[in-house]
Amino acid sequence: MSNTDKTSINSKTASIIKAADLPKATRKTHKGLNISEEELIELYKSMYLQRRFEERSMQMYQKGKFGGFLHLYIGQEAVSTGSAFALNDDDDFITAYRDHGLGLVKGITPNEAMAELFGKKDGCSKGKGGSMHYFKPEKHFWGGHAIVGAHLPLAAGIAFANKYKENDRVTICFFGDGAVDQGSLNESFNLAQLWKLPVIYVVENNGYSMGTAVHRHSAGKLADRALPYGMKYDVVNGMDLFSVIDKVSEVADYVREKKEPYFLEIVTYRYRGHSMSDPANYRTKEELAEYKKIDPIERLKSYILEKEIAKEKDLDAVNEEVEETVLEAVEFADNSDFPDDEELYRDVYAEDDFPYLT
Amino acid sequence: MAQKQFREVIRDALREEMERDENVFVMGEEVAEYNGAYKATQGLLDQFGDKRVLDTPISELGFAGLGVGAAMNGLRPVVEFMTFNFAVVGVDQIVNNAAKIRQMSGGQIKIPIVFRGPNGSAGQLGATHSTAFEAFYAHFPGLITIHPSDPYDAKGLLKAAIRDDNPVIFLESEQMYGMKQEVPDEEYLLPIGQAKIKREGTDVTIVADGKFFHIAKQAADQLAKDGVEVELIDPRTIKPFDMKTVIDSVKKTNRCVVVNESHPFGGVAAEVGFQIQRDAFDYLDAPVLRVTTPDVPAPFSKKLFDLWLPGPKQVIDAVNAVTYRT
Repeated sequence: MSNTDKTSINSKTASIIKAADLPKATRKTHKGLNISEEELIELYKSMYLQRRFEERSMQMYQKGKFGGFLHLYIGQEAVSTGSAFALNDDDDFITAYRDHGLGLVKGITPNEAMAELFGKKDGCSKGKGGSMHYFKPEKHFWGGHAIVGAHLPLAAGIAFANKYKENDRVTICFFGDGAVDQGSLNESFNLAQLWKLPVIYVVENNGYSMGTAVHRHSAGKLADRALPYGMKYDVVNGMDLFSVIDKVSEVADYVREKKEPYFLEIVTYRYRGHSMSDPANYRTKEELAEYKKIDPIERLKSYILEKEIAKEKDLDAVNEEVEETVLEAVEFADNSDFPDDEELYRDVYAEDDFPYLT
Repeated sequence: MAQKQFREVIRDALREEMERDENVFVMGEEVAEYNGAYKATQGLLDQFGDKRVLDTPISELGFAGLGVGAAMNGLRPVVEFMTFNFAVVGVDQIVNNAAKIRQMSGGQIKIPIVFRGPNGSAGQLGATHSTAFEAFYAHFPGLITIHPSDPYDAKGLLKAAIRDDNPVIFLESEQMYGMKQEVPDEEYLLPIGQAKIKREGTDVTIVADGKFFHIAKQAADQLAKDGVEVELIDPRTIKPFDMKTVIDSVKKTNRCVVVNESHPFGGVAAEVGFQIQRDAFDYLDAPVLRVTTPDVPAPFSKKLFDLWLPGPKQVIDAVNAVTYRT
């Protein structure tokens, strides 16, 4: 079957065609990955926090608490959580506009994150960035970026500066499968390999570039984009936390030591539409149901219970704690003030007294 | 004092700033081994090595963005475009990333980067190699745009630009690299955003920047022979624009001609003209006129190109019109 014959909506046969094929998950256990039992619970908590934070965000959006775009990461939490766990705290993260999950794992507090969605002064970008532009450089989170593919050269530059300063930090840059088709990917890959920059490029292949399935927007395999540059690459199961931790750890060691880039295709799935206005009619209910069966949070929960690392009631307690945190964040955001009027003319230039034209 | 070419003072400014601050580095097409397409970076590779002087592939989007990322993470890149006509390929990195990330991050990230290189037309190069971008870049909040007209200003302003914590567009001209001027031997910096009155006069104000300053200067010299004393203002910086110096001058001369290489629609001359009518309306004895490139791309044919590119004659015609000498 040629690429053009494929379609993700196969109502005639009712068979499920996944937008992307998942590679096999790692067989390693938490012990094999040097994850302690306490860390395992923390990882569960982190993923569940991202999930609940976004479910509440969606409610608040629907209640009219804030406007603009809202792109949800739900379903992809193993990618953010696993990557942050595998890398050092001072390694540099940068991502696209679906940035809530990565922002939260890199140290933006739920309060700051929710306040930013609300456009409030206590937001992680002082209410000036919104959902798509979370920033916290002090925690090495270099932002959510909303022009598709435009942050890939920034990641090369952040990595360039780290190499220049010989500080041993690794940069990791996340983007969606839609960004793979941009020229910026090819220019960044060329520069990163040519100048041997310590950067890991990660395409979070969630199957759809907005509403266009991968096989309808990209020729060839995504991971093969590394080939012409002689860049190392691999494909990872992004619905399985352990697989992400396993591979990103291995790749980070390589990049840190060799000072060379690496390309990872992490196959994952977003449960919600591209944004709040998207009913996702371009895919089948069966496809969504299929992925929900391998939900990364449920998968970790089952693992924890099976291995008797914690009991159901312990995890329920974690869930309750997360629920409280998120509700507090909503309350915090609601009570936070909008930015002062003077803020309109601040943070654009280095000087507060810049002589703006009127 | 020594006679220096425009290209030499660019090189001196780069060298002095690289010696002063190890975070300053230079990259661009042909800047290292080739010593610069216009020799502005000659000798820098030998002095500083390939860690700090980097030849890039022809990949403007890629290296412009790489520069922005490096600036976010603590370096001070000076990115050379062989000409700003090529920068259009990477302009998203300048207009969306360099200009906006400070604001979008609530001021958490500074982007101290300089994009420099020749701007505008340089003879019969055809339409794609002949665009003047000063109005284009000045349009975007978050960017500083500098457009010097001589070696003295260029050196002092480039050094200031490299030390500035804002992203700076620094516009030069292929046709000015050989221009010579006395430049002090000792270090100096010039303030960004300050115009300079380069010729005092009482009859009419001419505002002219960059390469076009010189056609205004020739016009002023010619007009002086006819007894018309031009006050000639070089804004030097397009953004922020030193409007006060212009308004003060117009209040004295009551007449103004704005000379600028950008196309007319939404150009620098349009903005300066608007500001004057708003802030010095009662002082004007004639409408503000402008001399710009026409509202068409640059043609190749010498005959058409000469028609396209304004010269002193067009400036003199405009001055004659505002002084009712025609």
